[in-house]
Amino acid sequence: MKITGLIIAVLAGALLMYATVDFPPFGDPYSPASMHVSPRYIEKTMEETDVPNMVTSVLADYRGYDTMYETTVIFSAGVACFFLLRIFRRKEPGERLYRHVLTGVTIHVKKGAKLPPSDDFERIDTAWIPHDLIIETGCRLLIPFIQLFALYVIAHGHHSPGGGFQGGVMLGASVILLAISQDLRTAVRRFSEKVDALLCAMGVFIYAGTGALCLLLGANFLDYSALAPLLHTDPVMARSHGIFIVEIGVGIAVMATMIWIYCNVSSKGEYEEGL
Amino acid sequence: MSQDYPALLVIVPLLSAFIISAAGWVNKRLCFPLSVAALSVSAYSCIGLLLRVLNEGVVHYRLGGWPPPWGIAYYVDYLNGLVLCVVSVAALINLIATKKSIEQEFPEKTGPFYTLYVLFVTGMLGITVTGDAFNLYVLLEIGSITGYALLAMGDEDRAPLASLNYLYMGTIGACFYLLGVGYLYIVTGSLNMVDIAHILPGLYQSKAVTAAFIICMVGVWIKMAFFPLHAWLPNAYTFAPSAASSLIAPLMTKVMIYVMIRLILTVFTPAFAFTTLAVSHYIVWLACIAIVMGAILALAQHDLKKMLTYIIVAEVGYMVGGAWLGNRAGMTGAVLHIVNDALMTLCAFLVVCNIVYKVRGYAFADLKGLFAKMPFTMGAFVIGALSIIGVPPTCGFFSKWYLILGAIQAHHYDFMVALLFSSLINVVLFFRVFEIGFYEPFSDHEGHEHHSAVMAEAPLSMLIPLYIVTAGLILAGLYTGDIVNHIIRFVIPEGFI
Amino acid sequence: MGDLVQVVIAKYNYWIYITLMMIGLYAMIAKNNLIKKIVGMNIFQTAIILFYISIGMKKGGTLPIVEHGHGAHHHAVHAADYINPLPHVLMLTAIVVSVATLGVALALGVKVYNRYNTLEEDEILAQIRKK
Repeated sequence: MKITGLIIAVLAGALLMYATVDFPPFGDPYSPASMHVSPRYIEKTMEETDVPNMVTSVLADYRGYDTMYETTVIFSAGVACFFLLRIFRRKEPGERLYRHVLTGVTIHVKKGAKLPPSDDFERIDTAWIPHDLIIETGCRLLIPFIQLFALYVIAHGHHSPGGGFQGGVMLGASVILLAISQDLRTAVRRFSEKVDALLCAMGVFIYAGTGALCLLLGANFLDYSALAPLLHTDPVMARSHGIFIVEIGVGIAVMATMIWIYCNVSSKGEYEEGL
Repeated sequence: MSQDYPALLVIVPLLSAFIISAAGWVNKRLCFPLSVAALSVSAYSCIGLLLRVLNEGVVHYRLGGWPPPWGIAYYVDYLNGLVLCVVSVAALINLIATKKSIEQEFPEKTGPFYTLYVLFVTGMLGITVTGDAFNLYVLLEIGSITGYALLAMGDEDRAPLASLNYLYMGTIGACFYLLGVGYLYIVTGSLNMVDIAHILPGLYQSKAVTAAFIICMVGVWIKMAFFPLHAWLPNAYTFAPSAASSLIAPLMTKVMIYVMIRLILTVFTPAFAFTTLAVSHYIVWLACIAIVMGAILALAQHDLKKMLTYIIVAEVGYMVGGAWLGNRAGMTGAVLHIVNDALMTLCAFLVVCNIVYKVRGYAFADLKGLFAKMPFTMGAFVIGALSIIGVPPTCGFFSKWYLILGAIQAHHYDFMVALLFSSLINVVLFFRVFEIGFYEPFSDHEGHEHHSAVMAEAPLSMLIPLYIVTAGLILAGLYTGDIVNHIIRFVIPEGFI
Repeated sequence: MGDLVQVVIAKYNYWIYITLMMIGLYAMIAKNNLIKKIVGMNIFQTAIILFYISIGMKKGGTLPIVEHGHGAHHHAVHAADYINPLPHVLMLTAIVVSVATLGVALALGVKVYNRYNTLEEDEILAQIRKK
């Protein structure tokens, strides 16, 4: 297998490199890629969509259809991981271990009995290690700032690098940080699986729904200028607002999917213990 | 409303997938009616779109209102319209036929299953209808990711590994396609298929265009399981759940063959593909090897499902060889075979679905006496088998006829011999199954043998769709002349011999 | 010889990325361990992303955000001042696709490990054959 792999890689690499002879040089401002389609994006982004960040306007307006499918890809990856891994445990484990937080005494409760949830006792797994106070507190202090920055990134996608994907991943990372620093169960308690799955579907639905709304209002799919009468602005500003709405949808969907994939893969579908 | 058919046929399944996902958490019984409604609207739009194309010619649709090449545009011509109808109708029939099978195999996860099902169909429809090369990549990935997940939940021992191997090879294929699009973008500056076709003729001597074509072709060949890149297909489809394999097996490879024909005919025009590049001879040889190897490997199998998957490998060889013959008859045969093979594979895999539902196995040993126990299912199987062998008036005969005609006209007698050889091997393969099913006494699992088995047929909800497909096989054969003269004739550009 | 050096200097970025791609492709085909194949897949896809981004470079161009774009509008915008935004957009999509494929691949790897207790492909095949 190694020799086959080597031969294939060398042949493919040789073909690809041989073809680069006909490429325009690196950084050439007169290359076909820089002269044909993109000048209109650069020159007309302000007057057609009122969004200074050209990448956002191309992503969410000119080629918004692609972005909708990109969000669908991430949604289907979340559903796929859930479908593949999730095990709904019907039977409760026969015995549980509880640890008294203040004194460190461990209690072994048998025969399926449970202690009611309280702050004095925490449920531990067979693979439990003591949680580090510094890490726990440090992360707990950081998470709100991460989320605030993520919301800033989503909202300022029009004017600075950013947008729905970047902000959504940061929001997801904040909840995953909670899960890593404390406990998967804590994160799931705060952000339950059902809410996660519904938010994921809702996020992409906002995107596709905006497009369908434009279709119902008589224009082509994802033509945000049709939203102008609904938003009481002119068509150009309607495009800017339409881009913002879909970016919110993307942010929600990406956040929910990142958390969903993390929970499923790290706990092998059982949602009992994480990393 | 009819102005919006191009958008509706992908949007309705897409939106429904999200609603089905949410509904799965609320009440599982809502998922099936929602999926059927979504795919019915989509099938209606596809048929309406084909009728529009027959009346008006090529249909364009701009997404976001932007003109191509600055925005993404749909480009629906005769080839597209035909494949769209086949994909949507096949997916709908399969959904109705496999309802009981899904409920049996996934009692807790019906919500996600239907979501992934509808998303897969959205991906396939989107690949077929789009006119933008990069959009095709994204939709290809939707179809692939949902496919990997659907195929991995079958046989607990072997399905995850088979799906993981499919994932590796499928990702290489899709990334090669992406790289090819990148090379085209560097030399042309555009991503829209029609726009690229306008810019390319001045660049035929460029090595980058040649490399782009080769990489795109290899990527698409990996995804359609063209020999010798077929290694992922038998395991992935055999160990899959029966509802998933009867969805993916008829559709995925055929849509990839559509992509190859689209690249040859529209993006890199036939002038480049056949004249400037001059590799068509070798590709037809490779197709002959694919057909022969598919047939021989199918002979070596001991279970029905794996045998059918090797037959798919051989059928892909028919279509690739037919497209690369370089003449009108060959290309007609290839396009006609897309339609016919989708129907034949759907029929065969629905039969396997019925068998697995009642007998819980698909090895040859499980098929003993099945003609007495499940006569209606096996009756449909006989017609499907006759179609795969190529017996008139079923549709399989007519596409083989065009392919052989094309082979003779192009003086590719090796391709003709491979086709005839494959038909003979198919006779052996299927008559072996008939013999086991008809003559061997039925044995239940305790090892006793009965000579008169009680008929225990699959439920009506699985039989009626199967018979609709079987009737479709015969009707497609009888109406071949209409299909070829009204639709396929316009697919092939005028200058083609 | 001078000609070859010229060609290499003009297009060194493409050659580096193609080399990276081939390293990733080799890993996917030749390695035995399932996770190493996934890592190879990631390298391959990342190299393609870098390849596309380098297409968009323009000498003398700056970030693709219109300067002084908010508030007082409408200075003339010249295409030569900004780098090409389109490859960046395409690669945002490709990054998301690669993350999604990675997620599904890891989920499948977890399933395989749960069943066979190993991630080496030859050991798994040996276990299958023994059954």
